Amino acid sequence: MSPLELIADRGKVIAEAPSAEPMAVRGLTVSYGEKPAVFSVDMAVPEGSMSAIIGPNGAGKSTFLKGSLGIVPKVAGEARFFGKPLDRVRGRVAYVPQRASVDWDFPARVIDVVMMGLYRQIGLFRPFGKSNRSQAIDCLERVGMAEFAQRQIGQLSGGQQQRVFLARALAQNADLYLLDEPFAGVDMATESAIVSVLKGLKSEGRTVVAVHHDLTTVRSYFDRVALINVRKLAEGPTDTTFTSEALQETYGGRLADTQLATLQQANG
Amino acid sequence: MEGLSLFLQALTLQAGYNAAVVAIGAGLLGLAAGGAGAFIFLRKRALVSDAVSHATLPGVGLAFLLMVALGGDGRSLAGLILGSAVSAGIGLVLVDWITRKTRLGEDAAIGAILSVFFGAGIVLLTVIQNTSGGRQAGLESFLLGSTAGMLFDEAVMIAVAGGITAALVFAMRRPMTLVAFDPEFAAANGVHVQRTDLAMMGLALLVTVIGLKVVGLILIIALLIIPAVAARFWTERVGRMIWIASLIGGLSGFCGAALSSAFVALPAGPMIVLLCFALFTFSLLFSPGRGAFAALIARRRFQHRVHIRQGLLSMAREEPIYDGLTLSVLRRGGYLNPDGTPTVNGRAAAAKAVLDEARWKVARSRRQLDRETGADDGLTRIETVLTPDQIADIDAQLALKKGGVS
Repeated sequence: MSPLELIADRGKVIAEAPSAEPMAVRGLTVSYGEKPAVFSVDMAVPEGSMSAIIGPNGAGKSTFLKGSLGIVPKVAGEARFFGKPLDRVRGRVAYVPQRASVDWDFPARVIDVVMMGLYRQIGLFRPFGKSNRSQAIDCLERVGMAEFAQRQIGQLSGGQQQRVFLARALAQNADLYLLDEPFAGVDMATESAIVSVLKGLKSEGRTVVAVHHDLTTVRSYFDRVALINVRKLAEGPTDTTFTSEALQETYGGRLADTQLATLQQANG
Repeated sequence: MEGLSLFLQALTLQAGYNAAVVAIGAGLLGLAAGGAGAFIFLRKRALVSDAVSHATLPGVGLAFLLMVALGGDGRSLAGLILGSAVSAGIGLVLVDWITRKTRLGEDAAIGAILSVFFGAGIVLLTVIQNTSGGRQAGLESFLLGSTAGMLFDEAVMIAVAGGITAALVFAMRRPMTLVAFDPEFAAANGVHVQRTDLAMMGLALLVTVIGLKVVGLILIIALLIIPAVAARFWTERVGRMIWIASLIGGLSGFCGAALSSAFVALPAGPMIVLLCFALFTFSLLFSPGRGAFAALIARRRFQHRVHIRQGLLSMAREEPIYDGLTLSVLRRGGYLNPDGTPTVNGRAAAAKAVLDEARWKVARSRRQLDRETGADDGLTRIETVLTPDQIADIDAQLALKKGGVS
């Protein structure tokens, strides 16, 4: 970072330059064994944008997110958040893992899961207070799940579980939200609830990045896309980037011609 | 009779100062074991803790030899515990290393470490037994535990160490909960998953080495895991589960040690484990939410609801009913007379069942009710899903249809 990017007052840094992107990844390579799942991917996410990461199954979309966040070890590359290493800005970054990644028979109620989003804020020893509880309920209300607060998480439908995961991320009150397949296997009501929450975050100037698999909804939900198939193949505003040529390159033969046709129809 | 009154004395801490301290020590050990074990159970790492406990044995033997070589007694419990902790720690790190750095799975790593360390320990113990002085060392009591003849200082040390371990479990409960439920979310929040796992296994290690003299290394896994499994039957909240598991472990430790002090022939370790098991069996059978009897009753209740509903629909269609269970639940519910003809109640209920089916059918055809009709499983009452206004609206459409036909 050049000194010009900092606004300094009596030698003390008082603010980051506004140009620091919420998420900037350079040359990220993540590998399981000796086969890279993600190879040298760059990505820059502007503030206040809502981006979709798109690509075929097994293309490394989720791995890209996990590698950026340090959940899986990277072979090369670096990820910076708000211009800093993740460790210095963890409070500003919220992550919503895939629903299938946890055991839903875990002994926890809906409200307990949401309060896990407050652990960073509360610390290891302080007990949860009334205000924390109402914070958690507020987050559940935003995803339409407040009436289920006392329910055991195993009794929820897939869509409800996904909304609880989103509520937990909301409890973190972050500036950047990274979601891994938030719409996978959820009902219509959940999908529209999640979209309106995400759009609400965007309208507050926060940034959203989601791994997404439904090509027909990309244009209506997201203003930016990144196409990934091990490498990053395209990145930019949806209008100019989400083209049938780029999709053909990303999906290759895996995207049937009929699928492309439906898409072109959907996109007018 | 004499044994029983001795047991009661031991329970009420009146069987002598020494027995009291031993019982309290075993209780605190159980408390720590229950709490630490709850996290190990939730993280599904029970077998790793078994490898850790078996890996203590060579450390016991080596510590004894070292202390004798240095001109000491060799039987100092603190020294033996320190030695066992070192070798268990090496075993734990090796399991972790094999799992992460090689293509072997955790099960293979556990099998290898457990048997190799235990085998080496047995060799050392056999060698020590054949030396003069080694015979009286009583190291074999570390296999199954023995509170008989425990020194006062030893009992105090066990009590203090158990209390400290329980406090450490409490201090680490939040990161351990996060990692056990959702390791990816934990990692994204800056919780070091691998370190948390190692710390958790470190707590299991502490419990094991503290419990060597009381429960022994072979049975300690029972004191770690059984209280947690039993506690899971009683609650859906992780915080409460920790407390219940600690309570079950503590109670078993305390009562088991008291039993053993009253009936000298009964060994403390196995008694503690059997008490744990008794509490587990009770939980398995009688827990109101997850117990075997509750599940049986819930299953029967559900089956009856299905049979009543299907029977009523058959009655409405005037089909003969052959299923014995259907007939008997309909009779018991007052829907059928003993001779098989419908009662007045039965006719009304059957008509209502048919009406509900028709209402659901209309509701399904309305797109704006998509969300609500998702609840239709044949048993859910439509009144609990739709508002009276919506039902009235549906009934209006039904009446119109009927009118059209007639």
